[in-house]
Amino acid sequence: MTVDFCGIELAHPVINGSGTFDAIAAHRAFGDELLERFPFAAFVSKTVTLEPRQGNPPPRLWEVPGGLINSIGLPNKGLRGYIEHDLPWLAELPVPLIVNVMGFSRDEVAELVAAFAERPEVGALELNVSCPNVETGLVMGADPGETARLVDRVRQLTDKPLIVKLTPNATDVPAVAGAAQAAGADAVSLINTLRGMALHPKTGQPWLGGGTGGVSGAAVRAVALAQVHAVAQAVEIPIIGMGGVQRGSDALDLMRAGASLVAVGTESFRDPAAGERIASELAELLASSAA
Amino acid sequence: MTRTTAPFGRRPAVVTAREEHGAYVVIRACDADGPVPRAGQFYMLSAAERWGGGEGERPFLPRAFSVLRARAGELHFLIEDVGPGTNRLCELGRGDRLNLVGPLGNGFAPPREGGRPILVGGGVGIAPLAIWQDELRAGGTESPVLLGFRDAAHVHGAALLTNPTVATDDGSVGHHGLVTDLLEDELDGRADEAEVYACGPPAMLEAVRELCAERDVPAQLALESGMACGFGACFGCVVPTVDGYVRLCVDGPVMEAAALADASSVGSSADAELRGAGRR
Repeated sequence: MTVDFCGIELAHPVINGSGTFDAIAAHRAFGDELLERFPFAAFVSKTVTLEPRQGNPPPRLWEVPGGLINSIGLPNKGLRGYIEHDLPWLAELPVPLIVNVMGFSRDEVAELVAAFAERPEVGALELNVSCPNVETGLVMGADPGETARLVDRVRQLTDKPLIVKLTPNATDVPAVAGAAQAAGADAVSLINTLRGMALHPKTGQPWLGGGTGGVSGAAVRAVALAQVHAVAQAVEIPIIGMGGVQRGSDALDLMRAGASLVAVGTESFRDPAAGERIASELAELLASSAA
Repeated sequence: MTRTTAPFGRRPAVVTAREEHGAYVVIRACDADGPVPRAGQFYMLSAAERWGGGEGERPFLPRAFSVLRARAGELHFLIEDVGPGTNRLCELGRGDRLNLVGPLGNGFAPPREGGRPILVGGGVGIAPLAIWQDELRAGGTESPVLLGFRDAAHVHGAALLTNPTVATDDGSVGHHGLVTDLLEDELDGRADEAEVYACGPPAMLEAVRELCAERDVPAQLALESGMACGFGACFGCVVPTVDGYVRLCVDGPVMEAAALADASSVGSSADAELRGAGRR
């Protein structure tokens, strides 16, 4: 059931969503069994920014019916720390590595893409565009023009597959996807989390340290399906579909809606080995639907 | 720090017993093939049924619990019903099924040569001190155990440890006041070679941290923070240390008190239930 994704051969179509699985921390918890049974066909890193980030003040989590709101704030070691400390370790994973990057300007994204373009350990790059461009004030992935200018700027910097991680918090997601494709993106991935909020039960003030957060889990599955379906009508490049995938049948739905790969996120919080189970359930479903 | 690594993934476990201890419930689950946890390590628990399996219901995420005891292939967990997850777990009886991941995190580090452990617990936070006391006693060390509870309904938890000295907020049993009053007396009596092991609510842990810092007494604090995953994936459970935020699930839950600037800023009892529509 190997899958070709932008020229990268994957053992199956299930990967992780960025920021929902830390292979290094998981190895501390589970030891080498993690590597022997690595649950994803490719590993997508947490977002890497140019400078190190501490992330948002806690509290960072709030459970909602069928999911959670997180307000993590992209903590990471920064480009230099990632290349020095994480990349050598992640290069030893039994699956290809996809590095997710985010910048606060096109120049920052370009610097990140250029730095990873020359690293043979990196199989593909994913652009997190759910971030305001400090120069224009626009969320890069919320506007087709912003997205096109960003992808256009970084496309020439690398031959590696370039994936644009679309935000669902946009007026016209298929238009953004189309702009990314036209500017040279090799694939799009969606959905990122939906913006959400929780109030302190007593004070009525925002509960999460970051003010607002992102909703994920089963609660967003129907939104993900609709957006993947709509984007599939707008682009021809491969789609990585995600949002509330808990079972093989959820993954199959996203593939029927147009996804080539499916990513698991929040479900890994509930079961660290969820990706392995979902890939196996999906394989059975695909085999029986082909028969 | 001491840790046993966990089998990868969530595994089923059958509840073998449910005991009530006043306001607390102890759930025992059979984990005969699982590794033996270290004192202070924790598990992520969820009920196999009626736990986010249907659409749009809570609880959705598993909940973290320090192991109370591990004996004869059984894991014991101490649970207080404070929200939708603990409420569901408290309903479980013999024969019901759990899912668990663990043991996770760092446990207590043993005392230094010649060190005199003092165990300080508050409320449901007494759990990791029970297994730790068992280990210390098995090694021939009898240590003072100081436990604080809200009231007479909660003080039943004290029976889970051996020879504790008890304080209650309402004075219904033992010392009328805080468990940290007991710790202060203990340290004022003799602070040399003392090493404090504490678990409890944030205000208690902060008082323990301050008392120990003033007297230069080393302390290991087992903290609690709302977490979604328990294995470093979600970055939700961070606590502030002198070196910035660290993830409690992989760098704790047992932390050196000296690494924390202010233990009271860390989590709270309700954090374990991820707020949402929690009842508090």
